Amino acid sequence: MAHGPATLADGWKAYISRWVFTTNHKDIGTLYLWFSFAMFILGGAFAMIIRAELFQPGMQLIKPEFFNQMTTMHGLVMVFGAIMPAFVGLANWMIPLMIGAPDMALPRMNNLSFWILPFAFAILTSTLFMEGGGPNFGWTFYAPLSTTYAPESVNFFIFAIHIMGASSIMGSINIIATVMNMRAPGMTYMKMPLFVWTWVITAFLLVAVMPVLAGAVTMMLMDINFGTSFFNAAGGGDPVLFQHVFWFFGHPEVYIIILPAFGVVSQIIPTFSRKPLFGYSSMVYATAAIAFLSFVVWAHHMFTVGMPIAGELYFMYATMLIAVPTGVKVFNWITTMYKGSLTFETPMLFSIAFVILFTFGGFTGLMLSIAAADMQYHDTYFVVAHFHYVMVAGAVFSGTAAIYYWLPKWCGKMYNETMGQVQFWVAFVGFNIAFMPQHFLGLAGMPRRYADYGLQFADWNMVSSVGAFIYGGAQIMLLFNVIMTIRNGKPVADEKVWEGAEGLEWTVATPAPYHTFAKPPQVK
Amino acid sequence: MSLAASNRKLLIKLLLGAVAMFAFAIFVLPPIYTLFCEITGLGGKTKGEYTAVDVRVDTSREVTVRFVASNNAMMPWEFRPTMDKVVVHPGEPTEITYFARNTTSEDMVSQAIPSLVPNNMADYFHKTECFCFENQPLAAGDHAELKLVFIIDPDLPASVNSMTLSYTLFDITDRTAVPVAQIQ
Repeated sequence: MAHGPATLADGWKAYISRWVFTTNHKDIGTLYLWFSFAMFILGGAFAMIIRAELFQPGMQLIKPEFFNQMTTMHGLVMVFGAIMPAFVGLANWMIPLMIGAPDMALPRMNNLSFWILPFAFAILTSTLFMEGGGPNFGWTFYAPLSTTYAPESVNFFIFAIHIMGASSIMGSINIIATVMNMRAPGMTYMKMPLFVWTWVITAFLLVAVMPVLAGAVTMMLMDINFGTSFFNAAGGGDPVLFQHVFWFFGHPEVYIIILPAFGVVSQIIPTFSRKPLFGYSSMVYATAAIAFLSFVVWAHHMFTVGMPIAGELYFMYATMLIAVPTGVKVFNWITTMYKGSLTFETPMLFSIAFVILFTFGGFTGLMLSIAAADMQYHDTYFVVAHFHYVMVAGAVFSGTAAIYYWLPKWCGKMYNETMGQVQFWVAFVGFNIAFMPQHFLGLAGMPRRYADYGLQFADWNMVSSVGAFIYGGAQIMLLFNVIMTIRNGKPVADEKVWEGAEGLEWTVATPAPYHTFAKPPQVK
Repeated sequence: MSLAASNRKLLIKLLLGAVAMFAFAIFVLPPIYTLFCEITGLGGKTKGEYTAVDVRVDTSREVTVRFVASNNAMMPWEFRPTMDKVVVHPGEPTEITYFARNTTSEDMVSQAIPSLVPNNMADYFHKTECFCFENQPLAAGDHAELKLVFIIDPDLPASVNSMTLSYTLFDITDRTAVPVAQIQ
């Protein structure tokens, strides 16, 4: 038996060395999860500043220039710092356990891909303290705002994006290699848990599009510092090219964020319905179909740039087509629950809320896909509400569900169910109070990314801000609940923490030992 | 093949894939985009020299063409159109001029880059003669009238009754191997 990990009892030096030099998939998963939670709190703090300023019309707390930096940094930190690393953390922890592998395929690269992330975000955050401020051009950093008119700190931003991209690519390659080469005997592709399936498809998306993002920022870097004119109309380039390149990355990116969330929910709903997942193979094919379609719909983010009508129609219909495989998924989740022996523990509550709210966000997405209507909705709070329904109620709710679901397996202790359910209801109610009114604001014409607004928007903005503060509070409750569980939760001894749970990860001891599946299990 | 070797093989393949996508984004996407805009006439980039084939002048229509000039951030020359706008009939060749003065004490070479609004109407704006087809050398302190002859296509959609042509002037002295005096 291999030796165990260094603990605090071995002294600080050994303990820190363990985490810095670790190649253990569980340690790296833990690091990813804590890091992403720290970024979630940071990005959340930015969001609180935004909502505090928007609580009332007029300028109260911050200057408009700083407001622009806050909206930009909120988006960047949440997408690249909170959501993506959280799912990479879950993948690190769970994929080897789910496919019966002793570790990830490339453990040293795994260590590297995590440890460059804190540097990327230290660089990104440090721009806020630089002269001229941090990035202020929106998380989509459209040229020429992000080139000709950018603050000088933009070079730090570009470098940070390069590092994040390198980290994501390495993490994805690791996941692909693990899934393709490290499966236990008998674990065929069509027996893999859906979380593994959605992640391996996500990993391919990441390998394909993160380099495109790196290319986009590299072209920005050249335009800014080396006199090229990729995006500069004055020099024969075209700023619209930037939007095409960005969204060629950006649209697959939104599926990169949501597909692992689909996977998590597809694990949790069968467990608490005490039924196998309905339509497993259709789930796999639907995931692959969504991933494929994500490459051919990017310009629906740019209906207002002046496309020919044929282009608008194509991107409109192609976008609507995505609703078909997504509908298959929602259908399967609901059918899994149908006539199941349902219980409503916290992970299940978050998963059901995910299905409902994600579907709602999907419907507003369909509204936005209508090119003619998008002329009205474009860059309003309706868009903001739409993507928060799919990213927060989608990705973040499913991430929260995953933490409650697997936390007992990770640390061998049960979280406080009452506290978990209270946290769910606070999060659910707070989320809807925060984002539902933003649909109304957007339909009424309130544009996004402004520090101030007309008086007619005052009431719903105040409601939205109150909801945002409630939702922010719910995250502190989550943190408190997790810490309390780790420190003095009730110990769980059963390998199968949840009675309805299926899969290899529930065959190892609880808490999961530091090394698992040294001898590969035989899958029937 | 051992597990470590097959892992490494997959790693190399996927890394190559990532590098290929990076190269695709920088070296393939922009040229494809430019080509696509050229073929479809989108993007507001006017085309090269045009040989007039159709002498039909549509006197029933008038189109206002406005002229704009701007300098790239690194370009100190004085550069402006000699008139703000002209009203023309489609099909009628029209000559206008831009004025440029090298305000520096050094010989320089410039290049003007055109852009047209509405940007999907570039196919209907033909230039039979344009200073933008070649670079413009000017000795220190010198000035020049730069000539442009254009024809608006009679097939211009009826909904369009005004266009704006913009030129941005770039300093390309560094990229020109031949001394200014020789070009002149």
